[in-house]
Amino acid sequence: MSGTFVGMPAFPEAARAAVGDQTLRGNLRHATHTIRAKRAKAVAEVSDWDQLREAGKRIKDHTLRHLDRYLVQLEERVTAAGGTVHWAADAEEANRIVAALVAETGESEVVKVKSMATQEIGLNEALEAEGVHAYETDLAELIVQLGKDRPSHILVPAIHRNRGEIRDIFRREMSEWGRPAPEGLTDTPAELAEAARVHLREKFLRAKVGVSGANFMIAETGTLVVVESEGNGRMCLTLPETLISVVGIEKILPTWRDLEVFLQTLPRSSTAERMNPYTSMWTGTTDEDGPRAFHLVLLDNGRTDTLADEVGRQALRCIRCSACLNVCPVYERAGGHAYGSVYPGPIGAILSPQLRGTASEIDASLPYASSLCGACYEVCPVAIDIPEVLVRLRERVVEGGPVVRDGNRVVLRPAKGHAAERAAMRAARWAFARPGALRAGQRLASRTRGLHPRTLPGPGRAWSATRDLPAVPAEPFRDWWQRTHGGEEAK
Amino acid sequence: MRVALFLTCVNDTLYPDTGRAVVKLLTRLGVEVDFPMAQTCCGQAHYNTGYRHEAEPLARHFSDVFGEYEAIVTPSGSCGAMVRELYPRMGERARAEGRGDTLAATLAPVVPKTYELTEFLVDVLGVTDVGAYYPRKVTYHPTCHGLRSLGLGDRPRRLLDAVKGLELVELPGADECCGFGGTFALKNPDVSAAMGADKVRNAESTGADVLCAADNSCLMHIGGTMARLETELRPVHIAEILASTEEEPAV
Repeated sequence: MSGTFVGMPAFPEAARAAVGDQTLRGNLRHATHTIRAKRAKAVAEVSDWDQLREAGKRIKDHTLRHLDRYLVQLEERVTAAGGTVHWAADAEEANRIVAALVAETGESEVVKVKSMATQEIGLNEALEAEGVHAYETDLAELIVQLGKDRPSHILVPAIHRNRGEIRDIFRREMSEWGRPAPEGLTDTPAELAEAARVHLREKFLRAKVGVSGANFMIAETGTLVVVESEGNGRMCLTLPETLISVVGIEKILPTWRDLEVFLQTLPRSSTAERMNPYTSMWTGTTDEDGPRAFHLVLLDNGRTDTLADEVGRQALRCIRCSACLNVCPVYERAGGHAYGSVYPGPIGAILSPQLRGTASEIDASLPYASSLCGACYEVCPVAIDIPEVLVRLRERVVEGGPVVRDGNRVVLRPAKGHAAERAAMRAARWAFARPGALRAGQRLASRTRGLHPRTLPGPGRAWSATRDLPAVPAEPFRDWWQRTHGGEEAK
Repeated sequence: MRVALFLTCVNDTLYPDTGRAVVKLLTRLGVEVDFPMAQTCCGQAHYNTGYRHEAEPLARHFSDVFGEYEAIVTPSGSCGAMVRELYPRMGERARAEGRGDTLAATLAPVVPKTYELTEFLVDVLGVTDVGAYYPRKVTYHPTCHGLRSLGLGDRPRRLLDAVKGLELVELPGADECCGFGGTFALKNPDVSAAMGADKVRNAESTGADVLCAADNSCLMHIGGTMARLETELRPVHIAEILASTEEEPAV
């Protein structure tokens, strides 16, 4: 499963393999059900959860509406505090900026604290091409990196792996990257954690350059915030001489006060904790302590374009808590890799096709990777109406229409491969607009009901492969009604 | 009170028994039921698959057919949610596209008058004991749109609890989607089937004879899966349970 997400098959094909993999399904089911129950309990403890959710939504919406103003303010404050701000329009530009900054230090390795933005732009691969090794220091990210794998969950990137698999990866791979796994390593959590700790400690003490993401950026002070559970983030943020933070432009909050809301909703929604173990905040540089140089790379990569869509822009409220993944019945069966992106699950299904467009097969299939059950919306701490955005994106796939791409307004043509469906939808609409036509169809179906096959042709075959079709009744309701109640037949 | 029965195209064509049960139940409760023959489809399948512009004429047609009635009752959580939740949204989207308020104004009258069946019984008629008799062990699956879009809450359970002879058993993982999702079942058949199989296994674990829900679309998917998995369980629409009496028991 190594490599990039480019050229992924459409979601249904990718999901088929996952559904058939019993180990994977067992791992996912166990993990999502456990965290689902814990989250529900942690949220139920808070009496004003609904108000917190509404406040989070409003703060984010306000910020997005005035994003230009707050970003300029942030740049001023970061600069005043001794940092340097870089603007990156897309992945390529961001990677180029970071690679150049690392090259200036003369170093050939960096330590990283989990950053979805750098995963999104493929920074590790870009640095590797320049001869720089990037070491992931989050435990789950480490497992993924050592296993030459891809993350499959926002918060628990190695959710698809069980303890036995992790032990095997550590034994096999750790020596390739640095300190090897201890002799006779077992799959007990304490031993696995200790092996990772010792392996990582060597990296932390050696590295001169750290790369981070951020959960929040505070415009009024130029402060960045990382929320984490393991302490690896604090190591990456304080030990290196140079710190480079790559952050999506939507992660901004206007004031310190605003943090109050999210430091309550994020831990409860993600890890089901009342408060996360490590909250690190840093503002520029100081002479005596921490990195001597601080660079902030502000990443757009499709975010401004997403902001242009009045329905879809709510996806930018996301605080990456992953509550929607843990509650999603589709994610639970399909796993994270099927979504073909660093953002899996329901939020990925609306974020990826907006950030990347719907031109590729995988991106065009993502809006359909949902039964629209609404569980994701119910748990979202910033009230993103994911089903609403999914339907909006389906519309974009089948009907086309105006979108903003790279800042320009363009009109999308409907995606290929929907011609038969579109024809069927039009035919159905035509018939449904004429009650007489519907009735004629019903009568025909009733009269021929002895001839109906148990399996369907074409796209219906998938349905009848695992489910029996209902038998067509001898008399549709409207005929019965007319016979017994004498209703007027409508034309 | 006189109400219009919005049966939905799926029930009309495939599940006429549900329609007959609603008529029997409401008539027994003293409600005068009309079935406007010009009704067809609310447009949900079109809308949710991304064909919003194909759904619009169907929504207009719905308003033409039902606009004059005092109340519109439907035995389908998802079609009820289409009218109540998504018709206003269609109006907003038309406005956002610079097409003015015409669509919103056309659809507005039917929105607040449309009730899902159990909601109509509990909220409008104010009854929970509808005088039904159904001597079976029943487990209840709250369908997603009924649960989350319409917020039916415990109304269906309260109605079932009051049914004479009925033993209601809790369904594990009740709030989880059965995997139907309209065209989702066709577009993602493997995931959909896995979800359906889990739902059926959960229902089986309760030892119930009947899995009951307030939406035949979900029951079609669950029932089709039950038939394939050769379980003894049967899918039954809640209207048929509530319509059943000692004099005329449901089969």
